[in-house]
Amino acid sequence: MVEVKNLSKSFGDHVVLNNISFNVDEGENFVVFGRSGTGKSVLLKCMVGLLEPDNGDILINNKSVVHIPIKEMNELRKRTGFLFQGSALYDSMTVRENLEFPLTRNFNFSAKEREAKVKDVLEKVGLSKAIDKKPAELSGGMKKRVGLARTIITEPELILYDEPTTGLDPITSKEISQLIVELQKDLNITAIVVTHDLICAKIVADTSIVLRAGKICYEGEIKGLEKADDPFLKNFFSSELVDAEAGEI
Amino acid sequence: MDSLIKDKDNPVAFSSSLTQFFTTIAGLSAFSLRFFKDVFLPPYEFGEVKKHMDELGIKTMPIVTVTGFIIGLVIAMQSQPVMKRFGAESFLPGMVALSVVRELGPVITALIFAGRVSSGIGAELGSMRVTEQIDAMEVSAINPYKYLVVTRILACTLILPILTLYVNFLAILGGYLAVALSESSSFQLYINAVFKSLEFSDLIPGILKTFIFGFIVGAVGAFKGYTAENGTVGVGKASTSSVVMASLLILLTDTVLVKITVWIWPG
Ligand SMILES: Nc1ncnc2c1ncn2[C@@H]1O[C@H](COP(=O)(O)OP(=O)(O)OP(=O)(O)O)[C@@H](O)[C@H]1O
Ligand SMILES: [Mg+2]
Repeated sequence: MVEVKNLSKSFGDHVVLNNISFNVDEGENFVVFGRSGTGKSVLLKCMVGLLEPDNGDILINNKSVVHIPIKEMNELRKRTGFLFQGSALYDSMTVRENLEFPLTRNFNFSAKEREAKVKDVLEKVGLSKAIDKKPAELSGGMKKRVGLARTIITEPELILYDEPTTGLDPITSKEISQLIVELQKDLNITAIVVTHDLICAKIVADTSIVLRAGKICYEGEIKGLEKADDPFLKNFFSSELVDAEAGEI
Repeated sequence: MDSLIKDKDNPVAFSSSLTQFFTTIAGLSAFSLRFFKDVFLPPYEFGEVKKHMDELGIKTMPIVTVTGFIIGLVIAMQSQPVMKRFGAESFLPGMVALSVVRELGPVITALIFAGRVSSGIGAELGSMRVTEQIDAMEVSAINPYKYLVVTRILACTLILPILTLYVNFLAILGGYLAVALSESSSFQLYINAVFKSLEFSDLIPGILKTFIFGFIVGAVGAFKGYTAENGTVGVGKASTSSVVMASLLILLTDTVLVKITVWIWPG
């Protein structure tokens, strides 16, 4: 479904992603770990054309998405969901309008169908009561969940989640993780999930990679991560700090 | 102050800020040209344009009302003694009307509009940019330029001429107040004198140029906001710098347009 080939991206002389390659199969939940600032968000943004990679290629459904005309990119974007790390809700619109916005413009649903969809996704994220609120009236975690609702309302084939559970309490966090799994099961959605949250990762992940200093330093199942001997991975995934040096990016 | 002194002693900084100026102008031109391409693409978002026009109208109405009235009042009060000295008092209504309709009305309204509106647009789009709302639209396959920028530029372009007509009308009323305060003169006489001295060709260029001024205000505010960087600092910068830039461009354009108008309508 998604193939990343030799991807590199720098900002000035700051190399963020250095020759990264991996594959995500259809219907798979693929988790990306990495310390803050290692380029996880940059990686996701390259996939939807918000950033242009310097080198390498990204294939979605066997078609390159790098340097393609905006029309083709938009066709792809309609079938892709993107959850922003900071939610990115439209603050001039109510929750309802936020959710309807992609529906009215890209799809031909009747007003009734739209209403039903809005109610349905809000129920899924547990925010039915917030339907007429403006984003400014919501807490950080609520915003995140509305952002999630806006991402899944169009039922995309591929969803890129940038830290879907950061800032949520453990219970909501587990509920959201389970929702991601449900979406995968029910609609066969492929997902790339960027997260620091081990609990979330354990619930959703089929496979995972760990980014470090622009490279992939681990690829495989989560179980393997917890048993790894590498001091960096130990620091990342166990509760004690093994060797501070090894934690450097 | 420090930075000013440094710049003067350092020709490199000056030339780099000059380059920066031309880069900005080039960027603004490309940004504004895109308007003419995207404005004809469906969906047309009439609802948004109308919403923005309503907001702009409500936002600028109070200050524009006060200003309009005072322009007329002040010009009339200023000129009255002088005109009296030359025995040209009967030309007062015509003079007020002409200077307001041809120049002061359009330019002062545009400058006030720039101060009130382009900063608002700059801040609004700037904060949408830095909180990734513009990226979010893009990722939803919605053209943010069309939805956010075209609608705002269009609203500014359409509302400023209306505001200017309103200001012109109030200024002429203000002029009457000045006349009436100093001597008893009937409103009927005043208005007759105004209409006798005004010709259609006086009104048209004044109103036509406000379409251009409105476009400038919308385009500059949107450009600064749309290209904002560096978080909330960038939003503040987008907001203030758009007022400066829009006002300067309005004055420069006006100079050129006055020259052209005088050339086309020498009378
Ligand atoms: N637009 C940009 N311009 C310049 N540098 C950038 C830009 N976007 C990201 N970077 C840099 O790229 C690096 C990776 O950023 P990114 O946002 O991908 O980190 P991240 O892995 O998502 O971190 P976090 O977990 O904190 O979200 C950072 O060092 C950042 O400074
Ligand atoms: Mg990030």
